[in-house]
Amino acid sequence: MSILDDAKEKWTGTINEVTIGATKQDGGTRTSVVTVGGAGALPFMNFEGPTPRAPVVAMEIWDREPDDWAQPLVDAFGPVLKSPADWARKCVEEFGAEMLCLKLAGTHPDFGDATPAQAAEVVKAVLKAVGVPLIVWGCDHDEKDNEVLPRCSQAAAGERCLLGAVKEDNYKTLVASCLADGHTILGLSPIDINIAKQINILVSEMGLPLNRIVMYPTTGALGYGIEYAHSIQERGRLAALSGDKIMSLPVLCMVGSEAWRTKEAKASQQENPAWGDEKTRGIYWEIGTASTLLQAGSDILVMRHPAAVSAIRKTISELMVK
Amino acid sequence: MALKALDIFKLLPKTNCKKCGCPTCLAFAMKLAQKQTSLDQCPDVSEVSKVELAGAAAPPIRLVTIGAGPGKLEIGNETVLFRHEESFYHTPGIGVMVSDALDGEALKARIEAIRKLKFVRVGLSMQVNVVAVVNASGQAAPFAKAVQAAGTLDLPMVLMSSQAAHLNTVLAACADKKPLIHAATDATVDAFIALAKTHNCPLAVTAPDLDKLAPLVEKARAAGIQDIVLDVTCPRVPDTLQALTAIRRLALKKNMRVLGYPCLVANSTVDPLLNVAECGMFVAKYAGIVLTELDQPEQLLPLLTIGQNLYTDPRKPIQVEAKLNAIGAVTPDSPLMITTNFSLTYYTVAGEVEASRVPAYIGVLDTEGTSVLTAFASDKLTSEKIAAFLNSDEVKSKVSHRKVIIPGYIAVMSGSLKEDSGWTVLVGPREASGISKFLKTTWTNT
Ligand code: SF4
Repeated sequence: MSILDDAKEKWTGTINEVTIGATKQDGGTRTSVVTVGGAGALPFMNFEGPTPRAPVVAMEIWDREPDDWAQPLVDAFGPVLKSPADWARKCVEEFGAEMLCLKLAGTHPDFGDATPAQAAEVVKAVLKAVGVPLIVWGCDHDEKDNEVLPRCSQAAAGERCLLGAVKEDNYKTLVASCLADGHTILGLSPIDINIAKQINILVSEMGLPLNRIVMYPTTGALGYGIEYAHSIQERGRLAALSGDKIMSLPVLCMVGSEAWRTKEAKASQQENPAWGDEKTRGIYWEIGTASTLLQAGSDILVMRHPAAVSAIRKTISELMVK
Repeated sequence: MALKALDIFKLLPKTNCKKCGCPTCLAFAMKLAQKQTSLDQCPDVSEVSKVELAGAAAPPIRLVTIGAGPGKLEIGNETVLFRHEESFYHTPGIGVMVSDALDGEALKARIEAIRKLKFVRVGLSMQVNVVAVVNASGQAAPFAKAVQAAGTLDLPMVLMSSQAAHLNTVLAACADKKPLIHAATDATVDAFIALAKTHNCPLAVTAPDLDKLAPLVEKARAAGIQDIVLDVTCPRVPDTLQALTAIRRLALKKNMRVLGYPCLVANSTVDPLLNVAECGMFVAKYAGIVLTELDQPEQLLPLLTIGQNLYTDPRKPIQVEAKLNAIGAVTPDSPLMITTNFSLTYYTVAGEVEASRVPAYIGVLDTEGTSVLTAFASDKLTSEKIAAFLNSDEVKSKVSHRKVIIPGYIAVMSGSLKEDSGWTVLVGPREASGISKFLKTTWTNT
């Protein structure tokens, strides 16, 4: 017997598998789907149990041109930032994205205030432009999201998108849409396991089964609270593997938006000469954030810079080799 | 792992002679188990028992020191697998590998690049805190030259060579700096044990897998080497990560002494982006020393930050001093903003104020290290408290106006704060990212 066998932990739980995207066969138009979850051991600890499904990187795109993105991000995408469909196509065709996360930032009342109908048109355009599954994310303004997201849900009916995010005190409208249109849902809980459980219970009580829910325990960037995110993800994963069914759901983290908000990603070289090259610093910051969270148990990582996306996808495939 | 009273009792003379001040040997064993007395109180305990008891009382993962003096690196002595269970304690050493195959100028450039890897972020300074010299040339002279050059960095060193003779030569000159000798393998273990003993330096041991590693470590232990580091670098990253986790578990949960040492990983992945991703995972998952070929600040800064973040004590929020802070060239007319003493909150606000280039005061209130929302919800950031601060001598002596900017999240407090303090209250943005715009527009227009 090898020493490694001695180190094995006996886990009793398994993470639910959640599939995002529906092909023609399943009533959608996606040309590929993504299934996450299924883990029966700590991430990539193959000696004690399976990590059957590789974590997936979803590339973040917006419904409008971002006005405060750092230059390296703007340079990486170029003019397609003006058109969500072109942006989506570039992510898939050029950067090989397996999934996209469409953020409806432009629907926020203070940031364009796009109408529900306009948002739904963007969703349709993106679905038409690419065949990969789609995450559709509101603008984090509860009232506006409740107007916008049901329209987007309808526009994408049958596509089995991941819609979000619902919160403990704002979930009914969106869950109803998800049920009607055959989507999956993202539940947001701010670094709190009890709230995460509560949301999972509330959503499943409305009739959406646990294999159609993904958890978002909120993400802190490297240097700005990543230790809280890391620990809450570890605690959640340990609870799930120890048999807590309500916590046995895949986890999503927002790596790109958090990492690229930081001073370390944005500051110019002039401002901070000791911090090094401003063209790549943000990419490394995004990679550092992703790799830390990958080890805590992340199933979907939403990321921004193509170079960071590529490095993390390579890392994941390296880790998945048995 | 703590010994139980009964295990200790078995090792005592069992004569109940009372010389230790206890009525019976069992009573003494119980006191010892609770750490209320020390073993030397019993004059009759045998040498064999002493060794066994001392070993059992030692921490499950040994604290190993590399280097000497104020910059020495202490790694190991970790007590948990997950930081939320207690805390991680000894932030890993993160360092750059220097090859002795570099010629004069390239070697110099490499050393100078490493010298620059010092950072200040969120008010804390950190730096690459170990340097490794690799005997890639296979020759003695270049190795000695490179070790000498790296020595000017004044960092704890890892000396990496497969040749005991080359190591012996350089150790003759630098053993007092307690470098880590790297690394004993199955083929060289005897010679390397002799090196570690002669020069009294810590020893790294390596093998292709844990089953082959354990007997080598056992051999070093038996020879009396105490400061051991396990190099678990495998050709494939998942194997390295599994070894790191297995060792931590076996040491802590199975009390496997032979693996109760800090671990080292040396990463030579060529693609720098991939290298950083891999090193980040090693830092997150239990490595005591992570060595990389990279030497650029933007590559090392995230790695050091991962260590800094994950090794903070989750039981104690990091706090900054509650006082009036000036950012930039302030005058009595500069804006005054209020925030909490939770370090993350403060440094995020301070960073944004700095970036805005608008000189400003930040008034830090003692909220016991909680963020704005939490502090407000738990009555640690009240209108009375802010009012008292605004009317304190500290503020009066530096700020001539009476307009305060409060965080957007406590906008509801505006009315009561105005009443309590007599100041005009401006509601700032909710997120720190809006500060720059606020200072440049809203503030300027008031
Ligand atoms: S001094 Fe030692 S032998 Fe005597 S009673 Fe105490 S423990 Fe026992």
